[in-house]
Amino acid sequence: MTNIPETGRTPRVQIRLVVIQILVLSLLGTLGGRLWYLQIREGAQYQKEASGNHVQQVVQPAVRGSILDARGVPLADNETRLVVSASRTDLLKMKDDGKAVLTKLAGVLGMKPADVMQKVRLCDAKTPQPCWNGSPYQPIPITDEATPRQALQIRERSEDFPGITAEPEAVRRYPSPGKANTAQVLGYLSPVTDDEIQQAKNTDSPYLRSDQVGRSGLEREYDKALRGKAGVTRYEVDNLGRVIGKAKSDAAEPGSNLVTSIDSRVQRVAEYELNTAMKKAREQFDSITGENYKADSGAVVVMEAKTGRIVAMASAPTYDPNVWVGGISAKDYKQLTGKDSDYPLLNRAIQGQSAPGSTFKVVSTAAAVEAGYAWDGGYPCTSSYSVGGQVFKNFEGENFGPISLGRALEVSCDTVFYGLADQQWKKDGGINPKKGQPKDYFYKAAHQFGLGKETGVDLPNEVTGRVPDRQWKEAYWKANKDAWCKSGKKDGSYVEKIAYENCLEGNKMREGDSINYSIGQGDTLVTPIQEAMIYGALANGGTEYVPTIGKAVISADGRTVQEIKPKVKAKLPVTQATLKGIDKALAGVITSGTAAWKFQGWPQDKIELHAKTGTAEVYGKQTTSWLATYSKDYTIVMTIAQAGTGSGASGEAVRNIYSALYGVQPDGSIDKGKALLSTPQKGLPKVKADGTIASPKVAKDPVKDLQKAQEQSTTAPDGTQPAGTTPSPTATNRNTRRRPRKRGSRRMPT
Amino acid sequence: MTGANSFSVSGYGPRPAGWTRLFARDSLTRRLDWPMLLSALALSGIGSLLVFSATRNRTEINQGDPYYFLIRHVMNTGIGFALMVGTIWLGHRTLRNVVPILYGISLFGVLLVLTPLGATINGSRNWIVLGGGFSLQPAEFVKVSIILGMAMLLSARVDAGDRPYPDHRTVLQALGLAAVPIMIVLLMPDLGTVLVLVTIILGVLLASGASNRWIFGLLTAGIVGCIAIWQLHILDEYQINRFAAFANPSLDPAGVGYNTNQARIAIGSGGLTGAGLFHGSQTTGQFVPEQQTDFVFTVAGEELGFVGAGLIIFLLGVVLWRACRIARDSTELYGTIVAAGIVAWFAFQSFENIGMTLGIMPVTGLPLPFVSYGGSSMFAVWVAVGLLQSIKVQRPMSA
Repeated sequence: MTNIPETGRTPRVQIRLVVIQILVLSLLGTLGGRLWYLQIREGAQYQKEASGNHVQQVVQPAVRGSILDARGVPLADNETRLVVSASRTDLLKMKDDGKAVLTKLAGVLGMKPADVMQKVRLCDAKTPQPCWNGSPYQPIPITDEATPRQALQIRERSEDFPGITAEPEAVRRYPSPGKANTAQVLGYLSPVTDDEIQQAKNTDSPYLRSDQVGRSGLEREYDKALRGKAGVTRYEVDNLGRVIGKAKSDAAEPGSNLVTSIDSRVQRVAEYELNTAMKKAREQFDSITGENYKADSGAVVVMEAKTGRIVAMASAPTYDPNVWVGGISAKDYKQLTGKDSDYPLLNRAIQGQSAPGSTFKVVSTAAAVEAGYAWDGGYPCTSSYSVGGQVFKNFEGENFGPISLGRALEVSCDTVFYGLADQQWKKDGGINPKKGQPKDYFYKAAHQFGLGKETGVDLPNEVTGRVPDRQWKEAYWKANKDAWCKSGKKDGSYVEKIAYENCLEGNKMREGDSINYSIGQGDTLVTPIQEAMIYGALANGGTEYVPTIGKAVISADGRTVQEIKPKVKAKLPVTQATLKGIDKALAGVITSGTAAWKFQGWPQDKIELHAKTGTAEVYGKQTTSWLATYSKDYTIVMTIAQAGTGSGASGEAVRNIYSALYGVQPDGSIDKGKALLSTPQKGLPKVKADGTIASPKVAKDPVKDLQKAQEQSTTAPDGTQPAGTTPSPTATNRNTRRRPRKRGSRRMPT
Repeated sequence: MTGANSFSVSGYGPRPAGWTRLFARDSLTRRLDWPMLLSALALSGIGSLLVFSATRNRTEINQGDPYYFLIRHVMNTGIGFALMVGTIWLGHRTLRNVVPILYGISLFGVLLVLTPLGATINGSRNWIVLGGGFSLQPAEFVKVSIILGMAMLLSARVDAGDRPYPDHRTVLQALGLAAVPIMIVLLMPDLGTVLVLVTIILGVLLASGASNRWIFGLLTAGIVGCIAIWQLHILDEYQINRFAAFANPSLDPAGVGYNTNQARIAIGSGGLTGAGLFHGSQTTGQFVPEQQTDFVFTVAGEELGFVGAGLIIFLLGVVLWRACRIARDSTELYGTIVAAGIVAWFAFQSFENIGMTLGIMPVTGLPLPFVSYGGSSMFAVWVAVGLLQSIKVQRPMSA
C-alpha cells in the first residue's frame, strides 16, 4: 500500500465511494451468476439448440441391389442415366449466385438459361413451379437425359462448371430376360411417402425425398437389403446456409443383390403355358353355362420338391412392371387397380384362393387313415350317397363297388369320402356333438397339412385360405347372422332359403357340410402355394418346406453371402406306408386316372409323375380347375378360374412344363441336352471379383427355342404342335361334377 | 542504485537516468497500479483472440484476409497503450489545464457526425469515416471529456479549500457542460452512449460530494425521462424493438429477438470449458451478428466456456476494483471524481454489454471495454486507464 491519503475529503464522499464499489462489484457478481446459470445449469439444452442450428444432412442415395434368378440372370436391375445436377451451396458462393455458370450450362445442354435457373430456385409460397422442392443442400437435378457428349463436356471442363456435376445415376429396370415377366413376384417400387420419411428420419437409414420403396413382391419383402444404406454427410452450415465444414460423413452402402431360386427360362415357360392354357380354355364350350369358358385368371407354381424353393411362379392376368419406373401415370395406375381392371397386381399364386376340389382328397385320405380306417378296407364306391333325403352323387353315377382308399383317390371316388366323413361326423355326435372335444379327424388333418394359414413364403400379403371347421363356422355365423336372419326366407329363392338355414344353424357343423368338405368343396379355400407345399411334401417323403424364392443375399462387393436355407415347416401327419399308398395312387392318376388322357406317351418309367386333378364349384361362376402334380424333383400346381376341369384346362400346360424341365421330346424320348433344369439348380451363381454376379447368356425366348427343337425332332407328319398332340377328352373325365350347390359360396378373387 | 537515492523524494532529489530511474524503488513504474494494467492488457489480449475467431471466416467483411481484424485490433491496442503512456506522462493535472480544449474538440467531433461527413451504421449516425478502412466514433471521446470537464468544475473550489462540497451553481454548471454533448448524441441517436453518459454524470456527482438532492433529483429526472421517451415515441421503433426483444426474444424470433436468442444459445452451449478457441459452431457459423464488436462476449462464452467468460468478468472486476481504490486513495477531489467517473463508465458499459448477451439487459450498441473490436472505444478506455494510473502515481505537474 502506497499513498496514505492526505485528503480533505469528507466522510460523505468516502461513504459514497464505498457504496459505488460495492454496487459495481455486485453487478459483476450478477453477471457471473447469470453466466453460471446459462452455461452450467442450462448448458446441455443450449448445446442441443446450437447443434440443431448449424448441422445439415446431405444424403447420397445407395444404388438398389439387383434381383437375380438362380443362374444370375437379372430380373430387376438398374439402368444408368446421365443426370446433370447443380449444387446450390456452391453456386451461392459465387459473386453472381452462379448465374454465369448456369447460363453456360444451359448452352451445353441446349436448354434455355431461364429454364435452368427456375429448376435451381427453391420452392416457397411465392415461387410457382418449376422450382426445387427438396433440401437446398441436395444437388438439384437439371436433367436426367444428358447425352454422354454433354456429360463429358461438363466433366472435362469442371473448372468452368463449378458446382455442376454430371453423374450416371441408377434407375430401376425390369428387363424381362427371355420374356420372363415375373411381374407379381418381383413387385414394384413407388416413391416414399412423407410419413415414411418422418418415421425413418432419425434411423440409420433415412429416406430421401426422391427415394423409391418396394411396395410388393420381392422388392418389398427384401426392401431393406436391396435398398442398402444411404450415405449421410453432415455439414456444418453458417447462418446463411453456406457450408463451412464437414462434420461427419458415412459413405453410401449400395444395396445387396438378391439371388432367387427362380429360373427365368422355366418362368418364361410357365408364364407362356399358363397363358396358352387360358387361351385354349376360352375356346372350350361349357355345357353347363352354355357359353365358352371365361378362364379369367390363373396361377402356376413350379417348386423344388425337396427344398420348397420356387423355380417359377406366374399369375395371370399380368402386367409390365416397367410401368412403375419413373413414376406411374394416372392412366396406367387406373388400369392396374381400378374397379374395371382385372387386378393384374394380385399374385394369384399366393393371393388367389378357391375351394381345392378333389385335390383335397389327399388330405381326406390321410385323415381317414388317422381316424383308423384300414388302407385296404373295402369302401363302397356307390353311384350316390343319401343323407336324410339329400342325395350326394358320385360323378356321372360311376359305381366301382368296394375299393381301397388308394383306389378311391386314384379314381377320385366321392362317395367313399362322403361315407367316411359322414361316419366320423356321426361319431363326433352329429349336429350337437357330445360333451368333450369332437375328434374332427378330417379338419385336424387339414390344419396339420398347413391349410388355413400362410405358408410363410417370402412374399408379402400372402392369404391364409380357410379350413371351415367348427371354430370358423361359429365365428363366421356370429359375423353374418344378422344379415342372414334379415334376408332369409323359409320359402324364398335359393339364396334366401340358404340364408334362412344359415340363420338358424349356421354356427353348427351340419352333416352336409362335413360331406361336402371331404371332397374339397364348400367353404374350404386354399391357395396354389399351399397346394404346392402339400404336394411337394408328398413328393419328398412327407416334409413340408416353407416355400422360398430368395436364395441368397449377396452384398454389393460380393464379400458377404447370406444364404437363405430351406426351412422345414412341418411333417405330414402320415406314416410312410400311407405315403407310399398315396404316391402310388397319384401315379395311377397319370397312367390310368383322371389325368391319363393328357399324359399319354409320357415316359413314366423314367420320370415318374404324380397328379391329382380337381374341379371346384363356385356359385354363380364356372368351375375352377386345379391340377396338382409332382415328380421326384418338382411340384407343379396350376389353377385356372372358370376353366372347367383340372386335367382339361391345365393338363397340356403342366405336361409341357415338365417336358421343358426334363427335355422330354414329343415321342417320349428324353434329350438331356435340351432339358432346362433336369435337376434342381444347386449352389449359387458365381460372384466375380468386383462383386458382380456372373450371368449366362440369355436366350431371346426359351419357349420359341423349345418349340423349334421339338419341331425338328418330331416325326409327326401332320405338323401340329407336338406337345399338344393329345387325345380329345373322353367321357370319363371324372372330376367334372355338376350339382346344385347347397350353400352360398365364396369365390376366388379375381 | 546509490544509497543517496533511496532517500530521494519523487520529483525532488537528483534524478538517476535511464532504466535505473525507471525501476527505482519509488519510481513511476513501481508506483503504477500493476494489477489494473495487467488485467487491462490481458483483456485486450483475450479480446484480440475473440475478435480473430469471430472474423477469420467472414470473407464479406474481412476483405479476404482472415487476419484483417486481428491485426487492426492489436494495432488499436498498441495505439491505446501509447495513449495511456502519453496520458501518464502528461499527468492528469496537466490535462486539467487543457480540459476546455479537449472538451471543445470532442464537441466538435460529435457535431461533425451530424454533418454529411457522418456515417450511419445500424440506424445510428455516430461514425466519421476517415477513409482507408478507418473510422472514428467521437462519442467515445465525449465520455472522457465530460468526466474531465465535470471534474474540473466540481473540484475547483473544493480542492482550493474554499468549501467542503461543490455548491449548487457549480453543479448546475457541470450539468450544463455535460448536457450539450448528451443532447447531440441523443440526436444521432445513440441511446447506449447517452445511458453511459448519464451514468457517468451520476458517478461524478456522487464522488464530488454534491448534495443528495442532486442525486435523487437526477435519478427521478431519469426515470421520468424514460417514461416520457416511452410515451412520446421519441425513440425509433428499432430501439423499442430491441428493448422488447430482450424481455422476450420469442416475440420477434427472426428479427431483434434473433440476436438475443442466438447470443444466448452461443453462450449457453459453451458449458464449463467451451468448445475450444476457433471451434464454436455458433461463432464459425456466424449465427450471432456483430460478434466482433457488441457481441464479442458470446465468442468467449461459446469457445472458452464458463472458465474463459468468467475470467473476463473477473479481470473487469480487477480493473474496477483497482479504479475504486484509486478514487478512494486520491489526495485531491479532482482525482477522485475522475476515477469515479471512469468507474461508472466502465462498470455500466461492461454490465450492459455482457448483460445483453446474457439476456438480462436490453440490446444496445455498446462495446465491451478492452475486448470489443473498435478503435475509438479502445483509445478512449486506454486513455482512461492512463488517467487512473496518473492519479495513482500522483505525478506532480510537469513544468
